[in-house]
Amino acid sequence: MTTRLLAPFTWLGSHGLSMTQGLGNWGSLITDTVRALRHVDVWGRLLLPQLARIGVDSIPIALFIATFTGIVLALQASYTFTGAIPLYFVGVLVGKTMIMELGPVLTGLALAGRIGANVAAEIGSMKVTEQIDALETLAYPPNAYLVVPRVLAGVIMFPAVTILAIGMGITSGWVTSLQLLDMSTPQFVRGLTLFFFPFDVWFAIIKATSFGLVVTLVGCFYGFHTTGGAEGVGRSTTKAVVVSSMLILVLDAFWAVLLL
Amino acid sequence: MTIQLDDLHKSFGQKHVLRGFSLEVRDGETLTVLGPSGSGKSVMLKHIVGLLTPDRGQVLVDGQNVGELEMNDLYDLRRKVGYVFQLAALFDSLSVADNVGLGLHRVGGFREDQIRERVRECLHLVDLEGFEDRFPAELSGGQKKRAGLARAIATKPKYLLYDEPTTGLDPLTKAVIDQLILKMRQELGVTGLVITHDMESAYRVSDRIAMLYEGRRRFLGTPDEIRGTEDPVVRAFIEGDPQYLERRETTVEEAS
Ligand SMILES: Nc1ncnc2c1ncn2[C@@H]1O[C@H](COP(=O)(O)OP(=O)(O)OP(=O)(O)O)[C@@H](O)[C@H]1O
Ligand SMILES: [Mg+2]
Repeated sequence: MTTRLLAPFTWLGSHGLSMTQGLGNWGSLITDTVRALRHVDVWGRLLLPQLARIGVDSIPIALFIATFTGIVLALQASYTFTGAIPLYFVGVLVGKTMIMELGPVLTGLALAGRIGANVAAEIGSMKVTEQIDALETLAYPPNAYLVVPRVLAGVIMFPAVTILAIGMGITSGWVTSLQLLDMSTPQFVRGLTLFFFPFDVWFAIIKATSFGLVVTLVGCFYGFHTTGGAEGVGRSTTKAVVVSSMLILVLDAFWAVLLL
Repeated sequence: MTIQLDDLHKSFGQKHVLRGFSLEVRDGETLTVLGPSGSGKSVMLKHIVGLLTPDRGQVLVDGQNVGELEMNDLYDLRRKVGYVFQLAALFDSLSVADNVGLGLHRVGGFREDQIRERVRECLHLVDLEGFEDRFPAELSGGQKKRAGLARAIATKPKYLLYDEPTTGLDPLTKAVIDQLILKMRQELGVTGLVITHDMESAYRVSDRIAMLYEGRRRFLGTPDEIRGTEDPVVRAFIEGDPQYLERRETTVEEAS
């Protein structure tokens, strides 16, 4: 009876504890990684391969998504505006939405799936096969060897890939307007530039940078905390994708509240 | 120049693995630790390089308390210790040559060609010439094990910790590895701690042999002493014959 009555408190107690522990683990991941930044000799030569893996290899999927997003945006804009609003507003909508919202967020989500899973699975399987212990015994700080190059690559390449995706989305919106909407190029460009502010691009870059940070850090976090063999690696991978996707949406709202 | 384990305690959840284990590995000797599977031998070994920290007790290497070292000092200490993992723990994403050379890059001060030469030399020592460009996934279990050994000796460490270096190898390769362990001690003066289940290897390479049983040290002595011991637990283990234990149980029952 008493145990029943106390159940909510034990639940709270144990979950509170695991939450504090979780926060503590996050804290030490971040402080260790910041400290590991000074081991340039360790992570320096690992950065380039990660830039290629995290950035260059992600370009096809990002461009693919952006292409179709651009088409849909142009068509939906013209459908919504029919008669009421001048057609060149299609350019406004495609440009603004691509730059400020869909470019960064869709790219971020796609890369959360790709990069978040990849990082968590790789580090997780290194964890369960004692490769991380082996790094330690060779006097390599694992954070310098594994986390720093991935996080830096994420922070550098997410914005770069996002900019490409935005360019692609706008291009496909433009082509769609020409081919399917009987618009002319000057009309589309007029709309594109009408409400354009350079700040919009900075906004996209800030968002994409924060997404890159979050996706790679979350991937590393769940990778490092993998236990229980191959099954554990699977669990970590799933968690990394789910958590980083959610954090992307939260951050997206956060930046909108903070900066708009 | 010694490794000293004092009253080591370590639990994982409810499981009390080490319950006051003590051992001293003297300068320049090779000491072998025996013990049943799951008795905590690997756990004990991980304490020596600070991969695990004891719940109670301490580990001294070169007189330094491993559990209390600053990060930098701990990494300095690890550079002096080579560790052969039970399941090799090779880096999947690196070729065999890069695996073996990684420690040398970290120590620093070597040119690329010097590293390549040293890697070749170490692979030769473990009978793996020509495997430089293979990846771990392309190696057999025994080859992985030997590559792991090559990686551990590449930096010429003062201490070598071998976690079952010969398990799963054929008798000939086993002899090669035993020779290598002996050579490490004789030619380089390495202080070695070997975990093994293989009595033949143990007799061949050890100056002294210890046994870990139920979290404590059950036995410590020279190979000759262990051959002559009366302790039924040790006898059962080295003879591979559970009868010794059963006999003891019956005598205990008779006595009560
Ligand atoms: N990180 C860990 N978390 C939880 N339990 C662990 C951990 N590492 C080891 N153990 C447990 O500690 C005990 C001792 O493990 P250890 O690997 O040291 O055994 P061992 O003596 O090396 O055995 P074997 O000869 O089979 O390699 C086992 O019961 C194991 O399940
Ligand atoms: Mg073991």
